[in-house]
Order: sequence, then structure tokens, then C-alpha cells
Amino acid sequence: MTVSEKIVADFVSNDVEFITTVPCKQLAGVIDAVEANSDIYHIPSNKEDEGMGLCAGAYMGGKRPAIIMQNTAIGVTVNTLVTLTQYYRMPLPMLISYRGELREPVACQAEMAVHTKALLSQLNIPTYHFHKEDDVEEFDAILKYTYMCNKPVAILTDASFWGGYGE
Amino acid sequence: MIRSDILRDIAPILRDHLVVCNIGLPSQELHLIDDQPSNFYMLGTMGLSSSIGLGVALVQDKTVISIDGDGSVLTNFGTLPTIANNVSNNYILLIIDNGSYGSTGDQPTYAGMKTSLTDVARACGCENVIECKAEDTGKTLQSAIDSKKMTIIVAKCESGNIKVPVITKDPVVIRDRFMKAVQG
Repeated sequence: MTVSEKIVADFVSNDVEFITTVPCKQLAGVIDAVEANSDIYHIPSNKEDEGMGLCAGAYMGGKRPAIIMQNTAIGVTVNTLVTLTQYYRMPLPMLISYRGELREPVACQAEMAVHTKALLSQLNIPTYHFHKEDDVEEFDAILKYTYMCNKPVAILTDASFWGGYGE
Repeated sequence: MIRSDILRDIAPILRDHLVVCNIGLPSQELHLIDDQPSNFYMLGTMGLSSSIGLGVALVQDKTVISIDGDGSVLTNFGTLPTIANNVSNNYILLIIDNGSYGSTGDQPTYAGMKTSLTDVARACGCENVIECKAEDTGKTLQSAIDSKKMTIIVAKCESGNIKVPVITKDPVVIRDRFMKAVQG
């Protein structure tokens, strides 16, 4: 089972049936796996705050949502995380590609990488960092934790976790 | 007619359906005119009424009406292609288009100038887009509900606000009673 297949299997076994995505090269495999899974309604968003609105609606409509996005999105979504997801106490697993880490070829990505954990910490968002392939074993527990505590939760996944940037 | 006149007119229609209402004065006005547990009031996050409503509509069968404004749609323009490409026939987006940012002091929006949200929605691929005069909003909304086709309504009205109190309900209470209305 690939890492992407394991992630999607955990989404399905935790009844996550509504997933919105904004693409990143590092996430291409998992987005394909989400799209291919018939138990999940995959709805691509044009911007991550829009996606969080869709997820808020899906949650209130009775389905478990999740968002897949790049860490640059943290810069886009601070207001939405605070005044929608957190203020109304809604669960939201955020599977995030952690660009700008080791093996990153694009220098500009490092600029947002250095702020990513600080921003998540400032927002009191529980944050997990997947660096080695085996770290995926915790994904199931993180999903259960997210729906237990009704919070947005970040899972940062760096290039090493994905087996390289795609080089 | 201004936005609050439209809301007063359509309140008897709205009360039978799930409603996601735009931040600021629209939510405050609807809350004052006809508070219902089936109303989800946005207390923050400008622009996401259409996205939240679409999310609710896609995962269950009850009719969902998102009340949005021209300024808020401009803020979250990416919503229109997402709506067009994820058709949910229990979903209606009602854009009350007064050509201004009402909650912040009636600054003009581009929708009141050269940009037609009706044309934009059509160009994004939305199939049932109806522009109506303020006084026709009720019958347009009712026929959209009856059609059971996803519909975007652009109701053109005058700019202007009434004095309304802010909503002091706790957000978790608003969310919880809305979710119970979904399940009810």
C-alpha cells in the first residue's frame, strides 16, 4: 500500500466522505487517490478559504469533511480558521504539504516554511509533522482526535515523507 | 426597495428551508425580522455564505438557500465556478445585489458599475441564472425552489440599511440548532 493509499483508506475508515483540495505538486498522488475513491465526494476549490467554507457546510450537513492543501494556504486562511472553523467549533483535518523543507528546489517556498509552524502555534492548532514514511501510521489516530475535539488540526507532510519532491 | 425590504418579503418562504446568511447586516436583519433555528448566521468570514451553503446542500437532501451580497460574491469569486461544476439541485444562491458594501458604509462595488454578476455566473457555467427586480424576489425564489434545479438569483435592489442590533447569540448555539434543523 502506498502512502497515498494508506491516507485515503484512513479517511474512508473514519467516515470522511467530503474532501476539498487545492493542488500542490507534492500532493498530486494523494489527490489522485481521493478522486479515484468512490466513497469520497471530491470537490476541488479555487482557494483554500473557499474550501474551508465548503467543509463547514458539509460538516453541518452531516458529513465529515477534510481539506488537502499547501502550507502557503495558512497565509490565506487565518481569518477563516479563526472566525469560522474555530469560532463555531468545527472539526477539520488539514492534510498540508510542507513545502520549503529539506529537498525543496524552489527557494521562495522556504519563505513560507519558516512561518508555517509559528502561525499554526499562534492559532492554537494541534500540529503534527510527517517526515518519515512510517509517520503515516499516526494518521488514523489524528483523524479520530480531530473529530473528538472539534478543532482544525494540521498534518504537515514534507518532501522526505513523500519520498522526495518529485525530482 | 432595499435589502431589508426583500428579507421581510421573503421571510415567510425562507422559514421552511435551511438558510445560510451572509455576514454583517444581512444576518442581523434576518435575525431581527424572523429568527429561525434553520438560519445559519455568519458572524465572521466575509464571502463564504455561498460556499457554506453549497457544502450543506451537497451532503443532504433539504433545500438550502444561501443569501449573499454582491460585495461578498466579489470577495469569493472562485465560488461561482465551484457551484457551476458541482450541481446540487437542492441549492439556491440568492445574491441581493445593491451595488454596495452595505455593512461597511455603502461603499460602491464593481457589481454596481460595469460588472454584471448575472453574466459572470453564466460565464462560469451556472445553468439557471435569473436576474430579477427587488419586488419580484419572492416569486422568483419560490419558483426556483419549486423547480428543484440549482438556481442563482441576482435580485437587484437599492443601497441602504436599517438600524439593527448585532447578533449576540453564541456561535456554537447557532451552529448546533442549525445542525438539529438539518437532522429534523
